[in-house]
Amino acid sequence: MFEATSVNHHNDRVQKQVKILFGIMLALLIIPMVVIVATLLIKGSPIVNLSFIFEDPKDGMTAGGIFPALLGTIWLVAVSLLASVPLGVAAAIYLSEYAPDNLLTRLIHLATINLAGVPSIVHALFGVGAFVVFFRFGTSILAASLTLAIMTLPVVIVSSWEALQSVPRSFREACWNMGATRWQTIWHVVLPNAITGILTGVILQVSRAAGETAPIMFTGAAMFLPFLPNSVFDQTMALALHLFVVATQVPNVPESLPFGVALVLVGIVLLMNSVAIWIRLRLRRKKKW
Amino acid sequence: MSGPFLSSSGAPPPEPAIRIREFNLWYGTFQALFDINLEIKNGLITSLIGPSGCGKSTLLRSVDRINERLGYVRIRGSIEVFGQEIHAPQVEPAQLRKQVGMVFQRPNPLPISIRDNVLFGYRIHHEKGGRLARSEADGIVEEALRQVLLWDQVKDRLDHKATDGLSLEAMQKLCIARLLPVKPSILLMDEPCSALDPRGTAAVEELIWELRDRYSILIVTHNMAQARRASDECVFMLMGRVVEHAPTDQLFVTPAHRETADYIEGRFG
Repeated sequence: MFEATSVNHHNDRVQKQVKILFGIMLALLIIPMVVIVATLLIKGSPIVNLSFIFEDPKDGMTAGGIFPALLGTIWLVAVSLLASVPLGVAAAIYLSEYAPDNLLTRLIHLATINLAGVPSIVHALFGVGAFVVFFRFGTSILAASLTLAIMTLPVVIVSSWEALQSVPRSFREACWNMGATRWQTIWHVVLPNAITGILTGVILQVSRAAGETAPIMFTGAAMFLPFLPNSVFDQTMALALHLFVVATQVPNVPESLPFGVALVLVGIVLLMNSVAIWIRLRLRRKKKW
Repeated sequence: MSGPFLSSSGAPPPEPAIRIREFNLWYGTFQALFDINLEIKNGLITSLIGPSGCGKSTLLRSVDRINERLGYVRIRGSIEVFGQEIHAPQVEPAQLRKQVGMVFQRPNPLPISIRDNVLFGYRIHHEKGGRLARSEADGIVEEALRQVLLWDQVKDRLDHKATDGLSLEAMQKLCIARLLPVKPSILLMDEPCSALDPRGTAAVEELIWELRDRYSILIVTHNMAQARRASDECVFMLMGRVVEHAPTDQLFVTPAHRETADYIEGRFG
């Protein structure tokens, strides 16, 4: 009944070519990641063990462990999240649920998106000016964390805003028409439906805060400290900066050491992300929708 | 706050459920409603009919002040619900919407359990953050679902999510049921059957008829046959004005206006 025509052949050919082309692009993306992780594992894993993780650096940072830097990174990420998540989510709620849809709101939205693209060194200088000098926090965990918070805030706001916007309008209308106030609507319907999307944005920022070096370099992270921080007003070491230092600033470092530090940094980011993913899954299961 | 709104129980008050006087509404610079004067009688079903864009939905949505959510709406004139001017400064929209429930064209249950859907309105209006004893809650849920003829169908799966596994008809009934626990006296319905198949339509119409004695119902419909068989009075609107308001039989058999006759005979619309 049907005969293959040249048009059919052409379509078939294009179909196959496009599929192969896109497959190659995906491979181009994945291969570097695999190579990076494999290199880290091969070169770094021999040095990573419990004493590497839980001991102080020794011999001018050419030997020993990385515990102060690891602890410092956890401090920095935790404090910066404490600042950026409540602030960012609240701002997103205002933008999404309260602000009228006018030029100003749209400008703020646009500006927020653009802020996310500001280089981290600019945030670092802002942090020095604002937190270290003006608020007199000195170079401290607090100043560094707040700088990281400022840096991550735009993405937290934008991703939370998008999560809130993705909650169907009909849910809100249903609520309003039963006489729910704006806040009741947000609390009972909008937030529970948006929370997984909000957490996704937060997860991404955990990695970013843990990995950035520039914003903490001038605001609170030290190359080497002989003691662990006691409060948020102390300076701290941090993994990202430590990696930079042992890789480029200190002579006679064994080759495996920077790779070990990098492996731990990637590991800690993965760990923090998995905690967030776990919370997300729990929330999704707990709520009945 | 509850003073003027406490007329939902006992004998029907003699006053109309809704009294609209010289009501005008603009969307930006476009005037959608012109000098509406209307009295919706208590305890009856009143249909709002008219061609698309005649303002019937806008009028309906003005009665629970939901139009205000759109920032660019302006109004002039008065709407009273049981004698209380709804635009008076001391009237909270939330309080008004407790008294006046709205049912939408597309059923919009919330993505929570059937049970929580029914209790939602009750909880948000309840004093202590909506914490109520299990037995009390069960009673409220059963009563509301029985009133909408849905109880037998869903009684074994009250904890299932309302957004999946229910037919559109059942969802629409649920959307009506969730209004009832806060004891409204007026139900507004915006083409409540238009998303339903003929059987669903028949079932929801039957339900609306069941609710007739307990609530004053104002219903927007495109469906002439529905207006004719399922309402006591009919209001015909055209181009943002009320053309005719009469008992349904009278409006359909001996319409007083030429436009009404043309519309119900299907010459336009």
